[in-house]
Amino acid sequence: MIPLRGPRPEPAPPVAAADEQPRVESALERRLAGGLAFLRRRLTGDYTVDEFGFDPDLTDHVIMPPLRPLYERWFRVEAIGLHNVPSTGGALVVANHSGTVPLDALMTGVALRDHHPAGRALRMLAADLVFTLPVVGAVARKAGHTLACNPDAERLLSAGEIAGVWPEGFKGIGKPFSERYKLQRFGRGGFVSAALRTGVPIIPVSIVGAEEIYPMVANLATLARLLGLPYLPITPTFPLLGPLGLIPLPSKWLIDFGEPIETAHYGAGAADDPMLVFNLTDQVRETIQQTLFTLLAQRRSVWS
Amino acid sequence: MTPKVVLVAGVSRYLGARLARTLCDVPSIERVIGVDALPPSRELRANLGRTEFVRADIRNPLIGKVITTAGVDTVVHMNIRAAPHDSGGRSSMKEMNVIGTMQLLAACQKAETVRRLVVKSTTAVYGSSPRDPAMFTETMEPRSQPSSGYAKDAMEIEGYIRGFARRRPDVTLSVLRFTNFIGPHVASVLTEYFAMPVVPTVLGFDPRLQVLHEDDALEVLLRATLHELPGVFNVGADGVMLLSQAIRRAGRVGLPLPGFTAGIVDWALGHAGGLDYTTEQRRFLNHGRVVDTTRLKADFGYRPRYTTLEAFDDFVRGRNLRPVIDPARLASVQAHVLRLTRRLGRV
Repeated sequence: MIPLRGPRPEPAPPVAAADEQPRVESALERRLAGGLAFLRRRLTGDYTVDEFGFDPDLTDHVIMPPLRPLYERWFRVEAIGLHNVPSTGGALVVANHSGTVPLDALMTGVALRDHHPAGRALRMLAADLVFTLPVVGAVARKAGHTLACNPDAERLLSAGEIAGVWPEGFKGIGKPFSERYKLQRFGRGGFVSAALRTGVPIIPVSIVGAEEIYPMVANLATLARLLGLPYLPITPTFPLLGPLGLIPLPSKWLIDFGEPIETAHYGAGAADDPMLVFNLTDQVRETIQQTLFTLLAQRRSVWS
Repeated sequence: MTPKVVLVAGVSRYLGARLARTLCDVPSIERVIGVDALPPSRELRANLGRTEFVRADIRNPLIGKVITTAGVDTVVHMNIRAAPHDSGGRSSMKEMNVIGTMQLLAACQKAETVRRLVVKSTTAVYGSSPRDPAMFTETMEPRSQPSSGYAKDAMEIEGYIRGFARRRPDVTLSVLRFTNFIGPHVASVLTEYFAMPVVPTVLGFDPRLQVLHEDDALEVLLRATLHELPGVFNVGADGVMLLSQAIRRAGRVGLPLPGFTAGIVDWALGHAGGLDYTTEQRRFLNHGRVVDTTRLKADFGYRPRYTTLEAFDDFVRGRNLRPVIDPARLASVQAHVLRLTRRLGRV
């Protein structure tokens, strides 16, 4: 077989200046060549995935592109402190969760892939529900995410990947609008013991703006239970405006990557010390909560 | 201990026959005894070398007599069947697998000469569910206990084997949990599945698959037979592939169907295509399974020569599967389109 892995199409500006006629042509040609090569690779199965099912080729060319305009134009995300995320080696990103739909997780992924100097892939640890759903589960695996369980977290971290957890889980993402920016319970601290066991730093991440995208005013808990869902939101626009209600409100976002909390000096046995695990969990939670308050105090408006 | 008299149970099938044949070439081995309930095909029989074939059902006590009279020191148990159709139905398959293993273990326990037991088990014992960890290590339990079929047989068999290990601690026991075999000569549900021109899949699911090349499987069985390697080992190739990717590499056309039609599809395939997969095999093709092979490389001392993708490609080449979409043709179309746009750009 002829290796036709051409150069990847660069994320060039979609509309080029008119006075650069010849260069536009070649850029277009390059994009076309890149697109065709991609299509051929997909049709012949000529690509590799890692043991988690992560397909970088598909993620960069198909899964990420629709998220970028959302990141750049709609939410106008500002990523702060990306230098706190190491360029090589494992790290555990821990963030607050909100917004009814886990767009906060996806935007954190775009920030690390597009704006971190090393273009790091964020491997999220997602709820069981994600992988039982058709399509969603398969896409999540291809985007490099896996089930939130200790063996997978440790496997990712010891392989030098950046794993992401949202320890509030459904309690955080499905909370009513009135409780915005109040961190929920942080689980049992499983993420801390995974970091301790692998000796990687924990990076507390505070996300401001995601709370306002789908303000949840009520929750149809009974119907949700019938459908096997963790919650069923009512927002000012959903289901009132039908599919239009699915459009998130264009709040202005800040994603703050905080200073890493090192865990290597505790040693691998520290994971079996529940008091240390509780204390570290609290420390991470407090750091995120305080940063959220600081960022909110600095914010002039939800929309700009 | 170097084995002198080896008994291979399940010699009438491809891998068993190949193992027996390879053992015949080891000079230190005096006798190779092949046992199976069915005689090997003429082709396999011609290739058995100096193997002494004994037609015996491992379910009957004759097997014990064979072991004691020949003074067998190493038993390789490969008589665990995955598909009901070549075992005369599910109930017969279960009896063959579970009762057969019990009989064989009972015979081994009685025979003073037996010093080593190698069992071909399966990674199906881990089950297959959407809540599985990304990779199973040997110490992990299945998230959902397999409730039927091959996987349940394998779990029960491993249970009896643990019992045997307690009663005969002097016997070196190697339990090899293999992933699905693949290669030019393997005939299994999986290979028949990929040989269909249109391959039905479950809509919205794209499992990760891990396979093992037949040559690597033989090497691992051989190594376990000839050396002292006690323990439970996952045996699979490095790397994984997605089901959709495998279908494309084989040049097949995938046909994703909604999950609720699975029952009808299975029935239709069973009747029309002769493809007879059981519930747990369908679960496998729905959720996939990947195992960690660190122990195989570190403790057992074997690194498979083929990766999952290489093994699969070798199967595609060996079976001469004609791709529905020819890769060379695609490449030429690609070059053509590029030339055309370049010419259009110049005008």
